Amino acid sequence: MTERIFAVARKELIQLRRDPRSLTLAFGLPVLLVLLFGYAVSFDVKDIRLAILDEDRTSTSRELIDAFRETKVFRDLGAISRRADADRLLTKGKAQIVIIIPEGFAADAAAHRGGQIQALVDGADANTASISVSYAEATVGTWGQRHEAKLSTMPSGVRPEIRAWYNETLDSRLAIVPGLIAVIMMVIAAMLTSLTIAREWERGTMEQLASTPVHPLEVIGGKLLPYLAIGMIDMGGTVLLGIFVFQVPFHGSLLLLFLTSLLFLLGGLGLGIFVSALVKSQLVATQMSMLITFLPGFLLSGFAFDIDNMPVVLQGVSLLFPARYFIVVTRGIFLKGVGIEVLWPQILALTLFALGGLTLAVRVFHKELEP
Amino acid sequence: MAAAIEAIQLTRRFGDFTAVNALSIAVETGEIFGLLGPNGAGKTTAIKMLTGLLQPTEGTARIAGFDVERESEEVKRRLGYMSQLFSLYPDLTVEENIVFFAGLYGVTGARLKQRRAWVLDMAGLDRQRDTMTSALPLGWKQRLALGCAVLHEPPVLFLDEPTSGVDPLSRRRFWDLIQTLAESGTTVLVSTHYLEEAEYCQRVALMNRGRLVALDRPAQLRGQATDPLFELETPNPLRAVEVLSQDPGVVDATLFGRNVHLTLREAANADHRVRDLLATHEVAVTSLEPVAPTLEDAVVSLIRRTGGAADD
Repeated sequence: MTERIFAVARKELIQLRRDPRSLTLAFGLPVLLVLLFGYAVSFDVKDIRLAILDEDRTSTSRELIDAFRETKVFRDLGAISRRADADRLLTKGKAQIVIIIPEGFAADAAAHRGGQIQALVDGADANTASISVSYAEATVGTWGQRHEAKLSTMPSGVRPEIRAWYNETLDSRLAIVPGLIAVIMMVIAAMLTSLTIAREWERGTMEQLASTPVHPLEVIGGKLLPYLAIGMIDMGGTVLLGIFVFQVPFHGSLLLLFLTSLLFLLGGLGLGIFVSALVKSQLVATQMSMLITFLPGFLLSGFAFDIDNMPVVLQGVSLLFPARYFIVVTRGIFLKGVGIEVLWPQILALTLFALGGLTLAVRVFHKELEP
Repeated sequence: MAAAIEAIQLTRRFGDFTAVNALSIAVETGEIFGLLGPNGAGKTTAIKMLTGLLQPTEGTARIAGFDVERESEEVKRRLGYMSQLFSLYPDLTVEENIVFFAGLYGVTGARLKQRRAWVLDMAGLDRQRDTMTSALPLGWKQRLALGCAVLHEPPVLFLDEPTSGVDPLSRRRFWDLIQTLAESGTTVLVSTHYLEEAEYCQRVALMNRGRLVALDRPAQLRGQATDPLFELETPNPLRAVEVLSQDPGVVDATLFGRNVHLTLREAANADHRVRDLLATHEVAVTSLEPVAPTLEDAVVSLIRRTGGAADD
């Protein structure tokens, strides 16, 4: 039994070595994704282009302007002098936010009448706009507290002090690298296996296999082994890159990460085999596996978008995709250092997924190979 | 002793279409058994059912006494199969393909060494062992495929149109290999649409439209062309074919070199009827002689009587 599994696995490795397309997918894509998300893509909003129109022209208004300039999130484009300039800058996209301090602001503030300022944002990018507004509010709020403290001799009551646990600087990269592992596994699992199995159907070699005493389980085993190894190598590389290049802290258990990755990968590989045995064409199999694993892995897993903010229907749909659970696991192990005591529901879901994926693969193989 | 290959009322339907209809054959051990028939006759479907690659709708198949459906493990260990489509791995070298299939057949260790050497020698691929399989000419690929199918020395070998598309010299060489295998006791069932290849077989089954039409030795099969065949010599063969083709008493009239071959519906008075017919159309007759049918004549006649070829 094992002899035949190794025969298939050995053959698979030889073929993989000679296939540039699969090699690129197997080893190039993970590196590309890590670099892309590590360096180029960031969900953080920084360097918001800011223009300020100061109609008040008092020392108070200048203090507020300085407060904006001090923050690292805004990049000051310089003062403007007319409201028409504000329109022009926003329309052309040169400024993302314009702060207008109206005449009488300082006087109102001093008289506790609630000095008002106006913020105009470019709402075309709603995400950046709302973040810009929050930053602007925070900047004004902090400045207001300081300002009042200076004016009154009384200690100003309660001050909020906010700390983000597990990711103090709220650096999105820290969340991205652990999430990326899930996405990469999906690529390896679904795309690569669907290519190799569908190719056997297309070329008629599957029928040749079926005429030999090799058992469907042995074919599946031989196909799983190399891709399981590649998936784990990719994962190891991603983890190392994350820790040493992108300085992502690793607080949890490597062993647990290894075991959960195996579970996730097994399920994904099973699904890939199922799909390609079903459609029997490399092209369709790749598209199908993209559709059912890669895209949901990206979009519905919480990797890029917060699941809690999705419409309820999509939240329900996301429950069906294992990447969702695996991302909780990787982030939990990396950033929080938690173990089975916290992650057991996710690990249970991944186990079910692995069993389900492999069962589907074996069943469809039996059906297609045995008459 | 049980037959090496046995089909009993083997039937396969695809929806309304019956690809193989109640096929019963028994192939003796060590026999080279030919499966003839036009495209769509059901040869490949029959072979797939006999090898266990396709489940029959009805009937049973036995290989070396083992039921193909119920004892598939035993059966698969005893058969070699070479499909119509070249189905080794083109991105593996000659030797890698051999080693891979040997692994699947459980041929390992010293036996692997010995069998690998035997296959390379038999197929004449000793110097190509590190050549990528995709780079081999088709005839060589087919020899390698045959080698891979007999790595485990199966007592029963199925070859589905193994020589289609291969040049005559390679075909000849391939048949030499088949005969060598049969001499060492291997039972070979081979399908072909090259009629001259049927002469290499001890017995031939002719299939048409899913049914077994004839089963006999090639020499006996030739005699089954019961439609009388004549050769007509005439100064105006083209006109003769034109005239004869329109006559209801003539089954077939074709140019054969500078002469015309005629198949008639009835032998009685053939000579007179043809001469009269041609005379009324002012076609001169140099000679009109009955001729002995070739195997091709016999097969064409049998196929015509059983409804014509499925793809005509």
